[in-house]
Amino acid sequence: MNEDKIRNIIRVILVLVGIGMIVYGATQGEAAIVLRKAIRVCLECIGIG
Amino acid sequence: MKITRELKRKIIQLAAFGYSNPYMGNFASGRIYDGPWKKFCNPGMNCYSCPAAGLACPIGAMQAGANSADYRFGFYATGIVLAIGIVLGRAVCGFLCPFGLVQELLHKIPSPKFHLPKWMTYVKYGILAFFVILLPGFVAGELGVRSPSFCKYICPVGTLQGGIPLLSANPDLRALIGGLFSLKMGILIATLIGCVLVSRCFCKVMCPLGAIYGMLNKVSLYRMEVNSARCISCGSCSRGCPMDVNPALNPNSAECIRCGRCVTDCPTEALSAGFKLRTIDTNTNTNTIDGETAM
Repeated sequence: MNEDKIRNIIRVILVLVGIGMIVYGATQGEAAIVLRKAIRVCLECIGIG
Repeated sequence: MKITRELKRKIIQLAAFGYSNPYMGNFASGRIYDGPWKKFCNPGMNCYSCPAAGLACPIGAMQAGANSADYRFGFYATGIVLAIGIVLGRAVCGFLCPFGLVQELLHKIPSPKFHLPKWMTYVKYGILAFFVILLPGFVAGELGVRSPSFCKYICPVGTLQGGIPLLSANPDLRALIGGLFSLKMGILIATLIGCVLVSRCFCKVMCPLGAIYGMLNKVSLYRMEVNSARCISCGSCSRGCPMDVNPALNPNSAECIRCGRCVTDCPTEALSAGFKLRTIDTNTNTNTIDGETAM
């Protein structure tokens, strides 16, 4: 199998893994966790918390 | 005026800075945007506590997922970074990262310029492993609460974009300043001086997001290729590289941010960058392949 085919297979696997992680995370409520964190001042980020 | 490759890149960088930070008016009021877009991650480093930020920081979002009571790993944000990285790799650093643009502007300040030893580029992988994945996911503090360790102890982007503007506009927050802020200000000052002296110092040494995208450079759709039939091994590409890469030998190095300077510098047009599904057939001495779109 040539290098291009191997690379394309790895790409497909990683895209599927990435999409799977997004879907799993979103269904578990992680998008809401990210939103809650991002819309409040993150005291750790600004060096206080 | 001729629109060069570098000018096109700068325009894209400015546009990326703009879409990452559309709420500039918040700097005066000392507030941050709290709309629904913040559930989506920015491709590049941009603190979500910056008053102007419209999207979430991907590294902050990964740690937020890891910090939650129910999970120890941020699947959602990591999935977004992975999906972006497969398409663009470290082209995100070269084209879309707001802090990348800040670093490039800082490096234009006249001063002696230096190169870093190669081993320092591995520090960012340790920062990714310990401060973004292990500590936020598995190590609790005094009260049993896990914290976003990279943001808390290291991130100079948060101090610059979030800390200084918010503390300037909010006296109540200023009253809470302590030793941690001094540590973060020290890291910020060292980083800014480092970026004046060393090209993309933060990207090379500290950026955990660059570490992830760098690991994906080998397989990303946007990639660099060398036509060895054209290469005359003159070294022009490596001499001008801001990331100290030798593109002729390792065109898809984890350090390459796809800025395209080597493509411009190459006297024989042996290097090309673009979205590629197949590699160049060097025996035909041509760059034209199906499915290639140069950026």
